[in-house]
Amino acid sequence: MKSVVPPLRRVTVMLALPAASIATWWFTSAGSQNFYFPPLQTILDTFAKLWFSSQAIPNVLPSLARLSVGYLAAAFLGIAIGIPVGASRTLRNVLEPVLEFLRAVPPPVLVPVLILFTGIGNEMKALVIVSGCIWPVLLNTVAGVRSLDEVLEEVVRSYRIGGLARLWHFVLPGASPQIFTGLRQSLSIGIILMVVSEMFAASDGIGFVLVQYQRTFAIPEMWSGIIVLGIIGIVLSLIFRAVEGWILGWYHGLRQSQRAS
Amino acid sequence: MQGAATPMLEVKRLRKIYEDASRTVEAIRDVSFSVGQGELVCIVGPSGAGKTTLLKCVAGLLAPTSGGIILEGQPVAGPPPAMAVVFQEYGRSLFPWMNVHDNVALPLKQKKMSAERREELVRDALASVDLVGVDGAYPWQLSGGMQQRVAIARAVAYEPHVLLMDEPFAAVDAQTRADLEDLIRVLWRRLRVTVLFVTHDIDESVYLGQRVLVMSHAPTVIMEDVAIDLPDERTQLETRSMIRFGELRKHVYSQIQLAKQGWRPPTE
Repeated sequence: MKSVVPPLRRVTVMLALPAASIATWWFTSAGSQNFYFPPLQTILDTFAKLWFSSQAIPNVLPSLARLSVGYLAAAFLGIAIGIPVGASRTLRNVLEPVLEFLRAVPPPVLVPVLILFTGIGNEMKALVIVSGCIWPVLLNTVAGVRSLDEVLEEVVRSYRIGGLARLWHFVLPGASPQIFTGLRQSLSIGIILMVVSEMFAASDGIGFVLVQYQRTFAIPEMWSGIIVLGIIGIVLSLIFRAVEGWILGWYHGLRQSQRAS
Repeated sequence: MQGAATPMLEVKRLRKIYEDASRTVEAIRDVSFSVGQGELVCIVGPSGAGKTTLLKCVAGLLAPTSGGIILEGQPVAGPPPAMAVVFQEYGRSLFPWMNVHDNVALPLKQKKMSAERREELVRDALASVDLVGVDGAYPWQLSGGMQQRVAIARAVAYEPHVLLMDEPFAAVDAQTRADLEDLIRVLWRRLRVTVLFVTHDIDESVYLGQRVLVMSHAPTVIMEDVAIDLPDERTQLETRSMIRFGELRKHVYSQIQLAKQGWRPPTE
């Protein structure tokens, strides 16, 4: 049973630990002489100067654009390949060893390889993101399609619902809870790969400037970039949850009604 | 056999053997019967009698090992458009991501018809099962009995010639069950649809059917084809307290007991 907690208290509980952590950081780092761990105040001043100015846009936007393209392409490909693979045992048997191998390859090692084929442009970075993000989506889609309800499957067959209608009204919604599990895992992988791909070969992007700051010993700037990444992560996961809540509203309601009975 | 003059549905020497790598199970040995147009026939048998297997073969969801199903003179090879099935597990047979209206409307979208006609069928079907004002609700927001009404409405809206029901009321409480049984009688008489109703409940089979086919234990054959000579107007209170109802019930019950003990009719 889901207990009803007043919204104000929920927000307080949610923010308590972050607030405490920030306060601890603030006070323990205050007046720090350590070059590598500057006071939080210095970092935040730098943060405001660097990331709330127009010069932030040329670095943040390319990163987000690469992430969006790579992530959405991975989501589309993962679902598009996962559905036939999940539906056909033959296809699964044929593809399984290859998929297992490809999944085991850590995507960052593909960066030098992909540079050979696609250069150091945006294509390479998007491809690195695709190569990492596709697996959780693909594997969860396969699992979701395999676990479609047999009774519902017979309903679909007996009412002769086939082709696109079957895909759109039965397979996709039926597998969607698991597809979203995969999409959620992929999102954090995507952010990591966005930064990593920009560290190798880039002329802009958050990963690129982070490395620049580190190499030039611009330590408060480097820390502020890490905070930016954290904030991007939080914002993206909030957007993700909103989309999920909208599309999977039926699923959460169903689960709740099953728990209540 | 009754109804043989205009057979709507014929099951001819049906046999079904499940085979996989490790073992072979003979579920249905030899089942033949026919159902006349507009008849309401119940199939009753002990648990494990292959009732669901039989129904799935009739529905074209399962290919028989030998023998065949003839619907309106056409052999069944896959789910026919003139048939609708109501499944036992109401909680799993409705689309949980669609509201009540869309659940009923979806099969109709596969049929070529105007949107107005479709809406009319959905509205009439929901009204015929006494579900009004829940169009926008999701199935899981409804009680079990109401969910099964939605499934029945979906089948009715499909305008089938034959309605197959696989223990549709096995999972609802006794009072809801009685209401739903009466609903089936009402719908059957009003729509003049042919109904094949599978159940393990002897009382239910006698109360609902014009005929009751008693199945043996697996591998299944038909033990007896019992004509139910009760009046057409049936009510839970009066019909069930009739002497004739008791006799028929007792007769079917004894057949089921025999079936449980493994007795089978002599093969021809």
